[in-house]
Amino acid sequence: MAASTSLRFAFVLFWISVLASTALSDLVISKIDRRVDLTSQIVRVVSTLKVENRGHDTVSEVLLPFPDIQAKNMAYLKSSYHEGKGKGKQSAISLPVTLVHPEGMPPELTFYSVSLPRGLGKGDSFTLDVLTVFAHSLKPFPAEITQADAQLVVYQDSAYYISPYEVKVQTLAVRLPSGRVESYTKYPSTKLVDSEIKYGPFENLPPFSYIPIAVHFESSYPFVVVQELEREIEISHWGNVQITEHYNLVHGGAHIKGGFSRIDYQSRPPMRGESSIRHLIARLPPRAHSVYYRDEIGNISTSHLWANSKMTHFEIEPRYPLFGGWRTSFTIGYGLPLRDFLFESDGKRFLNTTFGCPINEIIIDHLIVKVVLPEGSKEISATVPFITNQWQEVKYSHLDIVGRPVIVLEKTNVVPEHNMHFQVYYKFNNLALLMEPFLLISGFFFLFIACIVYMHTDMSISKSSASYLAKQQLDEVRATVQQVQNIINRVLSVHNKLETSLRDLSRTGDVQSCKAVRKAADGLFKDLAKELKPLLGFLQSSPQASQIWPKVEELVAKEKEMQEKLMAKHSTVVDSFEKKHAKRDVENRVASIEQKLAILRQEVDELLDTIDDF
Amino acid sequence: MAASPETAPSGNLRSAFGGVFALFILLLIGVLAFSIRLFSVIKYESVIHEFDPYFNYRVTQFLTKNGIYDFWNWFDDRTWYPLGRVIGGTVYPGLTLTAGSMWWILHALNIPLSVETVCVFTAPVFSANAAWATYLLTKEIKGNGAGLTAAALLAMVPSYISRSVAGSYDNEAVAIFALIFTFYLYIKTLNTGSLFYATLNALAYFYMVCSWGGYTFIINLIPMHVLLCIVTGRYSSRLYIAYAPLVVLGTLLASLVPVVGFNAVMTSEHFASFLVFIIINVVALVYYIKGILSPKMFKVAVALVLTIGISICVIVIGILIALVASSPTKGWSGRSLSLLDPTYASKYIPIIASVSEHQPPTWPSYFMDINVLAFLVPAGIIACFLPLSDASSFMVLYIVTSVYFSGVMVRLMLVLAPAACIMSGIALSEAFDALTRSIKFQLFKSIETDSSAAEDVNSESSTTENDMKKADKHVAAVKAEDALRERPSKKNRKKEKEAMEKAPKEKEITEKANAKSQRAKRLLVLPLEASAVAILLLIILGAFYVVHCVWAAAEAYSAPSIVLTSRSHDGLHVFDDFREAYAWLRHNTEVDDKVASWWDYGYQTTAMANRTVIVDNNTWNNTHIATVGTAMSSPEKPAWEIFNSLDVKYVLVVFGGLVGYPSDDINKFLWMVRIGGGVFPHIKEPDYLRDGQYRIDSQATPTMLNCLMYKLSYFRFVETDGKGFDRVRRTEIGKKYFKLTHFEEVFTTHHWMVRIYKLKPPKNRIRGKTKKSKSASKTSTSSKRTDGKSKKNPW
Repeated sequence: MAASTSLRFAFVLFWISVLASTALSDLVISKIDRRVDLTSQIVRVVSTLKVENRGHDTVSEVLLPFPDIQAKNMAYLKSSYHEGKGKGKQSAISLPVTLVHPEGMPPELTFYSVSLPRGLGKGDSFTLDVLTVFAHSLKPFPAEITQADAQLVVYQDSAYYISPYEVKVQTLAVRLPSGRVESYTKYPSTKLVDSEIKYGPFENLPPFSYIPIAVHFESSYPFVVVQELEREIEISHWGNVQITEHYNLVHGGAHIKGGFSRIDYQSRPPMRGESSIRHLIARLPPRAHSVYYRDEIGNISTSHLWANSKMTHFEIEPRYPLFGGWRTSFTIGYGLPLRDFLFESDGKRFLNTTFGCPINEIIIDHLIVKVVLPEGSKEISATVPFITNQWQEVKYSHLDIVGRPVIVLEKTNVVPEHNMHFQVYYKFNNLALLMEPFLLISGFFFLFIACIVYMHTDMSISKSSASYLAKQQLDEVRATVQQVQNIINRVLSVHNKLETSLRDLSRTGDVQSCKAVRKAADGLFKDLAKELKPLLGFLQSSPQASQIWPKVEELVAKEKEMQEKLMAKHSTVVDSFEKKHAKRDVENRVASIEQKLAILRQEVDELLDTIDDF
Repeated sequence: MAASPETAPSGNLRSAFGGVFALFILLLIGVLAFSIRLFSVIKYESVIHEFDPYFNYRVTQFLTKNGIYDFWNWFDDRTWYPLGRVIGGTVYPGLTLTAGSMWWILHALNIPLSVETVCVFTAPVFSANAAWATYLLTKEIKGNGAGLTAAALLAMVPSYISRSVAGSYDNEAVAIFALIFTFYLYIKTLNTGSLFYATLNALAYFYMVCSWGGYTFIINLIPMHVLLCIVTGRYSSRLYIAYAPLVVLGTLLASLVPVVGFNAVMTSEHFASFLVFIIINVVALVYYIKGILSPKMFKVAVALVLTIGISICVIVIGILIALVASSPTKGWSGRSLSLLDPTYASKYIPIIASVSEHQPPTWPSYFMDINVLAFLVPAGIIACFLPLSDASSFMVLYIVTSVYFSGVMVRLMLVLAPAACIMSGIALSEAFDALTRSIKFQLFKSIETDSSAAEDVNSESSTTENDMKKADKHVAAVKAEDALRERPSKKNRKKEKEAMEKAPKEKEITEKANAKSQRAKRLLVLPLEASAVAILLLIILGAFYVVHCVWAAAEAYSAPSIVLTSRSHDGLHVFDDFREAYAWLRHNTEVDDKVASWWDYGYQTTAMANRTVIVDNNTWNNTHIATVGTAMSSPEKPAWEIFNSLDVKYVLVVFGGLVGYPSDDINKFLWMVRIGGGVFPHIKEPDYLRDGQYRIDSQATPTMLNCLMYKLSYFRFVETDGKGFDRVRRTEIGKKYFKLTHFEEVFTTHHWMVRIYKLKPPKNRIRGKTKKSKSASKTSTSSKRTDGKSKKNPW
């Protein structure tokens, strides 16, 4: 019990200093009931005070002192009173609470002042409820346990209510999670009933009375502590609110000593480690969609989701069970319909959503809430029911130009009681929604325009550059070669015609028509030769054609030879036909020519092919 | 077959339509290539896969966070403890820089994608690029139709999918694109002789060098092709332009990559290119001299040059041999040597042999990886020979060499895949071309007979004879004929456009010429029914291929291997143990703790758990790996000493015995013994085998049952079912109840697949037992020595 004795020592010192000071008010607390709830890791103290004014002056505020040790862990303080006396209590009305530093009070105490709704005159009394929530007030003791051990924790407080006023009657009740209590400070009037320890009633205690108590009990409640939580709420006016939450989680209970044994964890219930964190349940708003749960190395597959019309239950399991002192970090994200959270009033829009995190009964050491508003929002302000640090940032996201305004709210020591609604007001023009589609459209438009312009302009650097000219010449040469080819083809077709005429001749014996064909062919040949001449001249003179020129030249020569041979053949055949030579005779005479012709034709074909490849 | 040449005469509009149509098809092919690789994201999640990608991912993270200069100078102290690793100088930076710049561009446009997302989708994006590059390459070889077919085939070839599914963030993903694109630019330069493309080619080669060690394939294949061209008398100035700048610029650029550096001129993988560079220069000189000398003078010159040349060659070869001989491993790195001699690695380097992807493939894996392409490739080769151009000879050479290399190493199946796709694309396209033309002609003829009889009858009858001759020549090979036709006629079309403007008169003639060529083909047609059936069969073949590819992409190659799933009667069961363990290490150990595991898990541990490891998948230091292997194969105490000397705090083992995960450490254990025994001879493989058999049941040798790996794997395993039944080895374990003296279990994952142990702190020395402490100090000093050069038994 080393830790608790040292604490007690501190309290004693404090007690001595308190004696020196004097109470300076005429208020008297005629009755106080304190109920301390230790069932979870968060300590909740509900005190019902009945204050009475015995002085002459009207008093309008009540001081609530807390020792620094408690004040440091205090996450939440709320005082309220009930309108309507007696049993007919309906609505609790909260009272403003402020931190004050009254003169002449011991420095080890932190004072909060509650403003009463009306001044208390002489003899008046007033009943108010005070809810205080403490984080990190349960200390695991021993601080290290093995996997099989149960987790024991210590809670320390004063049995007497510390007050700057005289206290007439007071009681204290401490509720524990289970009946198993290791030890607790015993005073004459102490009772342990089931899982509740009762101190008191104590009567007529002077101001700043103090006796320490310590309760050492078993709590298998997993101490889920989020060391840092960053919530990002991104509003899109296309109809979605995207919430992303980055958790940095630690098990705040007794640290695990020795190794973790999977076999014990899986198959031996008594040794499995009752206080480990197996899963967490997040209560998301209804109609949450696109829920994800991952960490920096990917999706975490152990999660379940149930949804009904009022709530979306999201059960998440960390990658591994968390024992005392183990850490993990993960991200959950989900989308919500915009209409559930965004409203309009007085020409301003406002977002109305909860502040804290959706997971039950956890302590958040450091919470940052970022609300990302759409690009182009103006006149931004936030209304939060408690004190937070606020500042603004700019975030750049999809297709932003000036960036989205971000309002950042920061708060330490957050408990579930902080899960209240807060509002962010801003002005936003709906036309700005069309900005991004317009950006895309114009981007693609200009891209296509650029393509069209590129395709239609000549990008070569200089019209007079050597390569450009060479290319142009080459094109010209190509065209010319093509023309030459065409002419040769035409000539060849005339050849065919001549051959046909010869065949007709042998079939019909019509010499006249054959001659006519011959005449026409002659004319054509002449025309074509005329056409060919300038082309050949050009090719010969062009330096670009040096490669192809010999081939063309050869082609023309071969063709000419062929033409001659064909003419000769034609004349011979017609002649002999006219002279009525025997058919075989004619064939014999023509045979040699035909052979040559066939060879020539093949050569011409080949040349045409090679020129084709040019 | 968007732009079939027969559509030519109707001019501009039609060809523009064809172009747009082709573009649209290409776009769809890109979408297909991208989306077929998304199965892994849809079935699992957007996550980096396997082992090496995790390292690349980590490097990319570093690059995006610290910038390019820090990246070049990055000394990684998180790995190979206590040696560390110079990342900037030992990594192929292409992939990292690509993904890094993609990320940077996206962020400059305010698109907040995470580095991980960019990395996951890099491979699919680049497979789309690779499909387009295939189109370009095949188009250069055989025209548009073949290009589109090849691109479509490559977009979904299983072999490439296996390396480029979303999340498979590895070098090969971008390297295959770089490979194909380099080849495309080479062929383009060869076809055009443009120095512009030659420069681009060198740059593409540079990108390839940045991306993958497989660049040596390029720098050997292209010289081979050049040599082939020269030998077969196909030398031209275009060839020179295609090759010489590539070697000069490419080598200069390659030596700028730190990981290659002087290797680009020092190792013999590159020597072939220099030799061919010399040869091509000599040949160019000879051609030049031939041009300016008369034949007689030329003969004299040849005689003169030959005598001098041979003597110079002898000297040069002598120098080369001396250089090669002076460099270690004769200038060839182990992996390359095992390419030439497939048995090299398994004989000499267990570390290379222990990787399954370095094993030769089995026959079924060919069918699995390239499927029907295997049958189409021969047809494609035939099509390449008719006619044989420079470009098609390159393809033939490419397919032949890649088939050889794929037979050596499974991994190189990846190089074969593009070649097989291009060949099959050519084959399919040619076949379709022939068949559809036959059908078209048959149908056309039936209409034509009544309409166009009058006008054409004359010329038709006159040309018949000619055509008969031609037909005789070609009747043997139908396909070959169209191949021949396709290119020239397309050129014709281009020229016609100009010609039409200049001389409208000519149009008539060209039309006639075209009509003639149509007639020419008339006799090459197949019967209508036969071609219809053949088309149907080809379509069925293609459908079979598509079905197989989709199946392979969805079922076979999409598993990320860090998340395992099994389907049981009560639905899908997910085994996410690896990440569970890594997450635990990441959050619940000190930042500077060292984690020892077998090298397979090194990259993942550094990337996911962010802890220092002793060895990782970059197996550059055999001794270090052998030290870990020795520790794993030693009894507890010596193992503890080795690990302690390495400052190790946690030991991670992978154990599949509970759920039946076969690739666990017990199954890899023999490699640890072999690698460890290769350096520290006191570890002997036979000690771990009973009658040559590897077993872990009661028949196992005591050495096996007492080694660290056995103990860490099976610690308290018997308590799960009371018998200790190992579901992978299908046997009860040999030694069931034992305690650990030097290690303690700190974490075991949900399915026991990863078990993490902590080294117990050294015990306080007991004064009375001075003798014992002396021996302990002796061992510790000697174990320190093991880190150094001594390879003697320290115990």
